[in-house]
Amino acid sequence: MIEFEAPKPISQQSFVLKTVAENMMRPVSRYFDEHEHEIPWDYINFMHMAMKATGAGSLAPKEAPKKDAEGKERPRIGYQMLAFMLEMLSWGDVGIYLCTPGGGLGAAAVQSNGTPEQNAKFLARFSEEKPAFGAMAMTESQAGSDTSAIRTTAVLDKENNQWVLNGEKIFVTGGQKSLEEGNGLVVVWATIDPSAGRAGMRPFVVEAGAPGIKVTKLEHKLGIRASDTASLVLQDCRIPFENILGSPEVVQEKTATGFKGAMATFDATRPLIGATAVGVARATLELLKELLAQEGITIRYGLPRQKLTNIEREVIDMEMMLRSAWLLVIKAVWMADNRKSNPLEASMSKVRGGDVVTKITQRAVEIMGPLGCNQDLLLEKWFRDAKISDIYEGTGQINRLIVARNILGYSGRDLR
Amino acid sequence: MYSFEPTEEQKMLVDTVARFARSNLRPASHDADEEGQLPLNLIKKGWELGVLQASTPETYGGFGEHSAVTGVLAAEEMAWGDLAGSLAIMSPGLFAIPILLAGSEEQKLEYLPSIVEGDWSPCCAAIIEPKFDYDPNGLSTIAEIDGDRIIITGEKSYVPFANEAKSMLVFASVKGQSQGFIIPNGTPGLQISERQKLLGINALPLYTVKFNDVNITSANRLGGVKGHNFSPILTSYWLATAAMALGVSKAALEYAIEYAKERDVFGMKVAQKQSVAFMLAEMATEVESIRVLTWEAAWMLDTGKEDAYKEAYLAYTGASDMAMMVTDRAVQILGGHGYIREHPVEKWMREGRCFSMLTGMTII
Repeated sequence: MIEFEAPKPISQQSFVLKTVAENMMRPVSRYFDEHEHEIPWDYINFMHMAMKATGAGSLAPKEAPKKDAEGKERPRIGYQMLAFMLEMLSWGDVGIYLCTPGGGLGAAAVQSNGTPEQNAKFLARFSEEKPAFGAMAMTESQAGSDTSAIRTTAVLDKENNQWVLNGEKIFVTGGQKSLEEGNGLVVVWATIDPSAGRAGMRPFVVEAGAPGIKVTKLEHKLGIRASDTASLVLQDCRIPFENILGSPEVVQEKTATGFKGAMATFDATRPLIGATAVGVARATLELLKELLAQEGITIRYGLPRQKLTNIEREVIDMEMMLRSAWLLVIKAVWMADNRKSNPLEASMSKVRGGDVVTKITQRAVEIMGPLGCNQDLLLEKWFRDAKISDIYEGTGQINRLIVARNILGYSGRDLR
Repeated sequence: MYSFEPTEEQKMLVDTVARFARSNLRPASHDADEEGQLPLNLIKKGWELGVLQASTPETYGGFGEHSAVTGVLAAEEMAWGDLAGSLAIMSPGLFAIPILLAGSEEQKLEYLPSIVEGDWSPCCAAIIEPKFDYDPNGLSTIAEIDGDRIIITGEKSYVPFANEAKSMLVFASVKGQSQGFIIPNGTPGLQISERQKLLGINALPLYTVKFNDVNITSANRLGGVKGHNFSPILTSYWLATAAMALGVSKAALEYAIEYAKERDVFGMKVAQKQSVAFMLAEMATEVESIRVLTWEAAWMLDTGKEDAYKEAYLAYTGASDMAMMVTDRAVQILGGHGYIREHPVEKWMREGRCFSMLTGMTII
């Protein structure tokens, strides 16, 4: 049956997270925007404690469905919980949200590519005493959306049963915290055969403290300044053989398994980026409406467009965009929870989320006139924060390409 | 819980409607538009699918409960086949559904069974007015109430089947509130014009109707002497319009995809060009976005959520933009061929523009 009632655990979670967003994020939003690369430890420590206690926030929604009092299996809602969590925290502050401990994209990559044993082994650190961070290192200076063009190499040293990694990664979200602040990990994508293209791509877990990996640069960005975006150099970085994700028999054959694993990671994470986009967009629209209300402007819903003022039309349009984008996110994560294949919906939700948040933040700044650009309000910050949603985890264009291939029934070769 | 999975009953109804849309409505669509007429047996066959009947409780001659979710699912599939045909097939609902939603018990028992149990018959509603800023919440047609006597004055347009309608429901303003009134057959003071010609939906017969001091009694006021709440009716208009916009957009998107995969350019298919593929991707994303928004609004109405009115309004404004965007691009993707009336996309584009003024021409 088609329905749109948020399950109780989600409503309860949202209630709690809203107070976190209001009390621990918003008051320091501007501070951490102005103090780039300073780490919001208060928020991090609080979230680590809270998430350890409740088990919330893991990108690894529980495999076994919970049972209700009568022993019937409850529907899985892990990804839905996560989407709601990310939306609310991004409503608070998306830059600070990106500093949330607990594995992030790195854990997602372990989840999507690792064996159950590897999941258990590598993800345990995120529920230990001290907070730890996870990151995924894919992008290189010559390889962004074209991930199969990566040049970082992984060579097996049979004598020592180790992988030796060499290369340079850029734009690693949370890379610095993952390697230097606590016992974190980075999932590094490298090729075991540079001539094999995507067939050579494999994910490797590089744990904090591994020899030969170094943070060389932290980027200065348009927005999400609280979050570190690191460059990593791997110079004869040695890691144990078992740190290649996936079962060892499969991982050494030259098939596209690795690349497919990367894409499967994105099917899980793209709707979540959509959720963060919606969070920023909602923050913006709520503030805009509040500011307009203070000016005595009310929005008259239900009128034909011909009778609306321009501001009313803009706001109504924004609400329509925001709600539909959010529902696409929910549909995509609902599919993930129900083990339905969702690459089309995942990419659609990312396209829509990225579009909507950039439009809403840009228009809100415009509508507020001279006040919109002023740092007294957070609108100009959200305008800067928003843009990344249309770029990371696959640009809007790459996701359009994926949507197009899906609706046309085309392969990557048919539609380049 | 969240769920995007229709019930088994809904799936069966949608399948039946989809089959009819594919096998009957779509093949008749082009000629009906050119000739300005729908075959009566086609309308009757569509009526027999039982969309309205499934939404009417047994007491009033149907076999189900009113469900906006079921309504939007069925309306989308139907409109995929042909918009004018869908509006015609569902037109008895224009009279019946407001009575179902807002009528008094006597009115329901008096009017609904004969419509719901019978063959398709021309019934209609008159709400749209011939002015640029027509507003269902701010009607210019006035109902003056003097004790038991009601006098209606004003002008309506786009009234389907007005010339042959057995029953008519007219909406008029009572001190600024939009209220419905049942006009019995043969009431004096009605002046029906020549048939109207429009940008689109040419196959549906539409008329202007003037109300010159039309006298009725308060028994014919929708909901009885005290009238009714107009907002669930308007919400249902918006939802039906959004659902039909979805159907037309889905049709245009599918046609553009098929064409783009067939059409050769520079040694490849035109769909293999990113400039075209991206247009299609954006069209598909737009349709899916508005679909989930429409579903949520319908669910809100069914579950009595206060925000249903606002959400349905958002869905309707979004759907109107979606339909224009998607149908315009479908014409563009077919290029010169899209402009030729042999292909259906130009018709869908004409219809795509009409949704912004269709509020009141269909209801679920």
